[in-house]
Amino acid sequence: MLNTKSAPTQARDNLISQKVTNLPPSGIRKFFDLLSSVEGVISLGIGEPDFVTPWHIREAGTYSLEKGYTMYTSNSGMPELRQELASYLELRYGLSYDPEYEILITVGTSEGLDLALRAIINPGDEVIIPDPCYVAYPANVILAGGVPILVPTGEENNFVVRATDIEAHITKQTKAILIGYPTNPTGAVMSKKEADAIAGLAKKNDLLVISDEIYARLVYGVEHICFPSLPGMKERTILISGFSKSHAMTGWRIGYVAADRRFIQALTKIHQYTMLCAPAMAQVAAIEALRNGESEVEKMVQEYNRRRRFMVKRLNEIGLPCFEPKGAFYAFPSIKTTGMNSEEFAEKLLLEEKVAVVPGTAFGPCGEGFVRCCYATSLPNIEEALKRMDRFIRKSRLKSE
Amino acid sequence: MKEIFEILEQNGRATPEQISTMVDKPVSEVEKIIKQAEKDGTILKYKTIVNWPKLGEEDIWALIEVRVAPQRDVGFDAIAERIYQFPEVYSAYLVSGTYDLALLVKGKNMQGISSFVTEKLAPLERVQSTVTHFLLKRYKENGETFHLPKEINKRLPITP
Repeated sequence: MLNTKSAPTQARDNLISQKVTNLPPSGIRKFFDLLSSVEGVISLGIGEPDFVTPWHIREAGTYSLEKGYTMYTSNSGMPELRQELASYLELRYGLSYDPEYEILITVGTSEGLDLALRAIINPGDEVIIPDPCYVAYPANVILAGGVPILVPTGEENNFVVRATDIEAHITKQTKAILIGYPTNPTGAVMSKKEADAIAGLAKKNDLLVISDEIYARLVYGVEHICFPSLPGMKERTILISGFSKSHAMTGWRIGYVAADRRFIQALTKIHQYTMLCAPAMAQVAAIEALRNGESEVEKMVQEYNRRRRFMVKRLNEIGLPCFEPKGAFYAFPSIKTTGMNSEEFAEKLLLEEKVAVVPGTAFGPCGEGFVRCCYATSLPNIEEALKRMDRFIRKSRLKSE
Repeated sequence: MKEIFEILEQNGRATPEQISTMVDKPVSEVEKIIKQAEKDGTILKYKTIVNWPKLGEEDIWALIEVRVAPQRDVGFDAIAERIYQFPEVYSAYLVSGTYDLALLVKGKNMQGISSFVTEKLAPLERVQSTVTHFLLKRYKENGETFHLPKEINKRLPITP
């Protein structure tokens, strides 16, 4: 293409694709820029564990480098890792996936989500997503050529999407339901009854379910419902998950997809043309995580639980009503009584008291009136942040009186 | 219940109110459990881990291996008790292997420790031999690391 006489690139107004041009920027990004301009901030705005990856896992990763595991692995991922994952899913949820054909190792759960959507969506297909949701869901659907259909959820149902609400949004174009429980940003978990209702709906309308279960291990006092383990759901569910939250491995970028063979085959096709394989070092580390990581996971969950109780109690005490989030590491308090909207609240709180929270609207229109507070930070940090928030709310009430 | 002690073991200053929230139990119950534990010796003491070298205070520490002759009826306990009551002895353990008692001994200076060994410990009737290892550097103690690698700011302040 060296000799084509096209106009200089600067002059073209279609340089960037329509799809990307129209894609709204992440609401978090905007806030990030503001945040960088303030010093001494306590951040409750982080969406990752504050623990460093447990030492035995880091050690395994380091050892793999020393041994020279620096080449491509099989497209699907190291056989040992797929085998370990199959046993893990069998042991925890009674699911039996064939490690050879039904499990794919991906570059984080994010890649799994992208692959799943690209593999199933034809132009114009609709994907139902509960609102508020993880920031990437609607964007990924759009990039895959689909249409995201947001189904509102609210505090009256603890931010769990109701089957009846989903049903009201099903059209001829509906291809799949994309859910992620426990949920970022709300911390909501889905009960067996609620999950069963959605499963029934999927069967009735012949829909696929993409279930993002990255927070599956972070549940408190309830049992996680693994969606494909519901009767008849394994065939029509694409399960995506990873190690980032359970084993504090966000930076390793390692995740997996488990699904029926015909899906994994399709996902692998895209994966082999785009990623080739997940990082070898991270795969070795993930094997170690599955083999010997259980006690560390439990320790972290216990620690999160203490912070969770502390944060939720304090939020309610200072006048920000918060339902009990039973999963992930987020609390999603209502800020409606302050008279501010989410963005205004988050911005003023940051500038006046140097506490960062994420406006609920970053996760969808139904997040208005709420902010996301992450408790994956030390207890003293949480204590101090809530002290500042308390002061902030009292001050702003005085001002408005 | 175990969780209350795990929290206190990490932070001896955690208040019953804080603990009650963290373990989701009434404050009165947490207070009762702690009081009982203080009474029955489940909680022995509340202490602070001080990084003394930061204050310029540097005690000398030594790990001492002691071989002793056990005694009829009381085995090693009698001689151990004789030894661990010296205030210089910070920790004392009966161990398996090539020697019997492992002592962690603290002194103001090297002279202090050597006089403890030569004048108090070695002359004891049942002590057969001692080997003294002076501590050169402390990396980790009671689960806490002393020389943390310089923390780089690992997490971005805001992430999805």
